[in-house]
Amino acid sequence: MSPTVLPSTTTPAGTGPAAQGARLPLRERLAGQIQHRGALAVLVLVAAIASATSATFPTWSNISSILGNNAFVWLLALGMTFVIITGGIDLSVGSMYALGGVLGAYGAQTGGTWLAILLPLAVGAAWGTVQGLLIARAGMAPFIVTLAGLLGARGLLQAVTREGATTYLVPAGSWFRNLGAGVWTPVVLVAVLFALGGLLLTRTRFGAALTALGGNENAAVLMGLPVARAKVLVYLLSGTLAAAAGALGSARLGSGVTTIGVGYELTAISAVVIGGTLLTGGSGSIGGTVSGVLLLAVIHNLIDHYFSQYGSAFTDTVNGAFLALVVLLQTLLSRTQQLS
Amino acid sequence: MVQQAPVPVPDSVLEVAGVDKSFAGVHALIGVHFTLRQGEVHALIGENGAGKSTLIKVMTGVYRPDAGRIRFAGRDREFRNPLEAQAAGISTIYQEVNLVPLMSVARNLYLGREPRRLGLVDVRRMNRDAAAELRRFGVDTDVTRPLRTLGLGAQQMVALARAVQVDARVVIMDEPTSSLEPREVDTLFEVIRRLKDHGIAVVYVSHRLDELYAVCDRVTVMRDGAVVHTGEIAGLERLKLISLMLGREPATVREEGATAFDADRDAATEGRPALRATQLNVRHRLHGVSLDIRPGEVVGLGGLLGAGRSETAKAIIGALAADGGSVEVDGTVLRRRSPAAAMRAGVVMLAEDRKAEGIIPSLSVRENIALAALPRLSRAGLVSQAKQDELVRFFMDRLRIKASGPDQRVGDLSGGNQQKVLLARWLCLQPKVLLLDEPTRGIDVGAKAEVQALINELAGDGLGVLLISSELEELIEGSDRVVVLKDGRVVGELAGDQVSEDALLGALAQDGQDRQVGQVGQVGQDRQVGQDRQDHDKEPQS
Repeated sequence: MSPTVLPSTTTPAGTGPAAQGARLPLRERLAGQIQHRGALAVLVLVAAIASATSATFPTWSNISSILGNNAFVWLLALGMTFVIITGGIDLSVGSMYALGGVLGAYGAQTGGTWLAILLPLAVGAAWGTVQGLLIARAGMAPFIVTLAGLLGARGLLQAVTREGATTYLVPAGSWFRNLGAGVWTPVVLVAVLFALGGLLLTRTRFGAALTALGGNENAAVLMGLPVARAKVLVYLLSGTLAAAAGALGSARLGSGVTTIGVGYELTAISAVVIGGTLLTGGSGSIGGTVSGVLLLAVIHNLIDHYFSQYGSAFTDTVNGAFLALVVLLQTLLSRTQQLS
Repeated sequence: MVQQAPVPVPDSVLEVAGVDKSFAGVHALIGVHFTLRQGEVHALIGENGAGKSTLIKVMTGVYRPDAGRIRFAGRDREFRNPLEAQAAGISTIYQEVNLVPLMSVARNLYLGREPRRLGLVDVRRMNRDAAAELRRFGVDTDVTRPLRTLGLGAQQMVALARAVQVDARVVIMDEPTSSLEPREVDTLFEVIRRLKDHGIAVVYVSHRLDELYAVCDRVTVMRDGAVVHTGEIAGLERLKLISLMLGREPATVREEGATAFDADRDAATEGRPALRATQLNVRHRLHGVSLDIRPGEVVGLGGLLGAGRSETAKAIIGALAADGGSVEVDGTVLRRRSPAAAMRAGVVMLAEDRKAEGIIPSLSVRENIALAALPRLSRAGLVSQAKQDELVRFFMDRLRIKASGPDQRVGDLSGGNQQKVLLARWLCLQPKVLLLDEPTRGIDVGAKAEVQALINELAGDGLGVLLISSELEELIEGSDRVVVLKDGRVVGELAGDQVSEDALLGALAQDGQDRQVGQVGQVGQDRQVGQDRQDHDKEPQS
């Protein structure tokens, strides 16, 4: 970072042919804003309509149940945001969530709180590292590697619980339970992790390298960025977060539930994409993902409230429709930006 | 007598000695020696496939040499990747802008070495520094906007700013001016001179000879993977430089005919042109190129790499968006400009890169040939198998395509036969004009002769042919007329007896202002540095 070898000016400022006016055209700025804050706008809109039309939605008990019951699962979307920004995908997080829960309960039952925390983290990190190495070093497709990871983690889970025959319980008096209790502990824990994630993405060289790698991998390599290492770390991060989320979930539920987590990876991906992160990589934000997970949770809550007779099938349909809409919008927006 | 040990050039900063590199048995570099002195601007030139890019990649750690060594700053070095080369002080600006389009300008400038405070990236300082930095390169813009919203020239400047910002001792520029406006070129030259003043060595790859004379101190010419000349650029004649690049002695006139073209074929020189292109303009690439092709005539497009030959062909069929100009086929102006419209009008193009732009290796010969003709062979959406077979068989015979049968996979055929399959595909459409971009590149000698003979025959059948070839013999013996391009302009036309190697070399060596048709002889002696750039400057800014 030595000072440049150039003297103060070679071309008078503003007269160079490359000068193109300081600001982007309005249309393009608008498109950028919609991509980055669209989910937030829709969230506010939906929440406002819900608050106005429903007596139960804006109550503390309802809001706390939305937050407390879902917060841990949102960590999957946090990890997924990093993965998707690099242009990858991590399908193993749903299984890892369940495995983390069982390992957390197993740790609490056999070794106490420390084991309950460290065991799932270690397994999640190791699992993610292996996936990352296969993707970054062996050049395998993230979709295939993490699909294998999804099946493998599920299998490991079956083995640990002897196909569900053994249920591990978090002892009633264990301190571990405090981590998942109530509303505030989960919400604060998750909020802190999201904040750290945001900092990591926007304010560190690692975060910049991730975005660069997703935007133009070739250029990132030629610029001398540590591309392979960044890829491994991103899957490590995602695996660790998923396992941690599972462990915290088990602290809340009091046991390791083997049937949990199926399809959670898809919900996480939806939340990330709805939050404005490009599925092709290179652009995205943690703030967007926060809007995405909250939006999905609110919609979920509303559907449960208004259409409970239709059951959860309807929820998935709405999720799907939403996702399709968002991706359509993203395509249109990027077309707008390319045209100008 | 005092015995003097051979002393290595003391001020050499980068030295490549006896480097070999081959890919799958093909020698890309053969015993290459290249010495870069501190604070010099060293031109590296050569035609396509001469080995320039490979040499650059060897120097920057993208490739490892098979043999030989690289000395940098007085030590033997083996760079394992671009990162190591960069850390050591070798920065590279690639021809394609290698930045991240979605990220902000400032981010791109500082990626990997962002200013930090308390461990976190200091975004405000980064943006402020980036804005100040770029202003020195003539780019005055909001550095927080995504890079892709900048023009190509400005993007190139960002890449340049990035490259010189690291502690570089060597900056390698691979065709840095290909997307720059004339004024940006001036800024670039100024930057280069300042780099030089600070003792930084620059390797400058460009096909624009005027630029080389304007900014470079020494020149290394490569041909077929080997260095054929290194020396001071001042005092080296243009004509000499070009003949070194092309491997032709300008004085040697041979009339043996190394190609399979029939020298005696009478070309139609009258009648309405099958194709008339008028004033084709493509931003930065073509400036008012006009040419006619009459039925039965082979018109060659001459010019060095980067002169705009492929661009001309692409602009004619509408694959490159032209800013102006018109294309007439058989007297009718093409209203829509797209490859499909051109095809309907009877103009087809055989692309230079047949792997990327033409052949579908996993499909059979039959399918590849019939592909473009399918709409014509089908009725109500169904393809008539019988008609297809008939057509395919006809062309396999006519073009002497050597395949085990129409069902053989095209990927298994030799390069020459693949080229014939592509040719057959276009001939199915019964075109009036055929644009051939390097039709014999990368195919073996025998097949080459056959393709050349075919071109001859097709012209004999009344087809208008535009022939682009980097091989002088092919161009000269195959063409009835040669239109010479330079920097996107027509600088000369050779017809009849003028179509000779000497005349072509002479036309290529002409200076920007010297544009008399087919002038041969004294050109080349009176080198006028920077003449062409002055020409550029007269152009209205777009």
